[in-house]
Amino acid sequence: MFALTLNHFLLLGALLFSIGLFGALSRRNAVAILMSIELMFNGVNVTLVGLSRYVASANPLLGQIFAIFIITVAAAEAAVGLAIIIAIYRDRKTIEVPDFDLMKW
Amino acid sequence: MTDVFASIAFYTFGLVSVGGAIGMIAARKLVHSAIFLVVSFLGVAAIYLLARADFLAGVQVLIYAGAIMILMLFAIMLTPGQVEAAGRPGQQLAAALVAGAFLVMTTFTLMGTSWPMAQTLSDKPTTEAIGQLILNRFVLPFELTSVLLLAAMVGAILIARED
Repeated sequence: MFALTLNHFLLLGALLFSIGLFGALSRRNAVAILMSIELMFNGVNVTLVGLSRYVASANPLLGQIFAIFIITVAAAEAAVGLAIIIAIYRDRKTIEVPDFDLMKW
Repeated sequence: MTDVFASIAFYTFGLVSVGGAIGMIAARKLVHSAIFLVVSFLGVAAIYLLARADFLAGVQVLIYAGAIMILMLFAIMLTPGQVEAAGRPGQQLAAALVAGAFLVMTTFTLMGTSWPMAQTLSDKPTTEAIGQLILNRFVLPFELTSVLLLAAMVGAILIARED
């Protein structure tokens, strides 16, 4: 009864994703929002790793391969996102998201 | 007995990662948020180890706790003078509602699905098998990823440099 099951990993993944979702929706600072999005990526990866361990499949490593590609794309996203934030800060001296209204009509 | 130890380790590191995540959301200073996020990432790396994903645990420590956090810290240091005002209560409430609804929905869906469970759990090291898979079956996505990383690198330099 103490054994780890798939549900442990699924619940932890859902928890991490929801906390990240709350952060991404409630914070106003652009860097904090990017950090929350990284947290959401982590929740997804925990879910994938749990599924890849416990669910029957021809190759038990497919979920981990997915997670590796997600990590790579997350790294690219973080680099470009932070470059955009730094460029906006140089222009407007703020990284509060409500102040990013240049393209608002 | 190993089951009990694995469970204790899972709950400990799960608490560490969730606690780090909550601390990251709650901290008002960005640097504190970043430190809490590192704690959360390391907790998740330990969770990967418990799922026998040893290669991913290493990748998690190197890429997330290492590289991405350094990027975040650079961004925080390069944008000084940011004191975050507390968000409007309406926004907080709406965000909590959306996130809570999402959590309830995913939990019910994931728990309610009857997954085809594997009969035997593999305990083999994963690094060699992942390398074989990436360079054979997934060689095209792998090459596309390198193009994506190159484009992201050039783009980040182009956007962030002073002109």
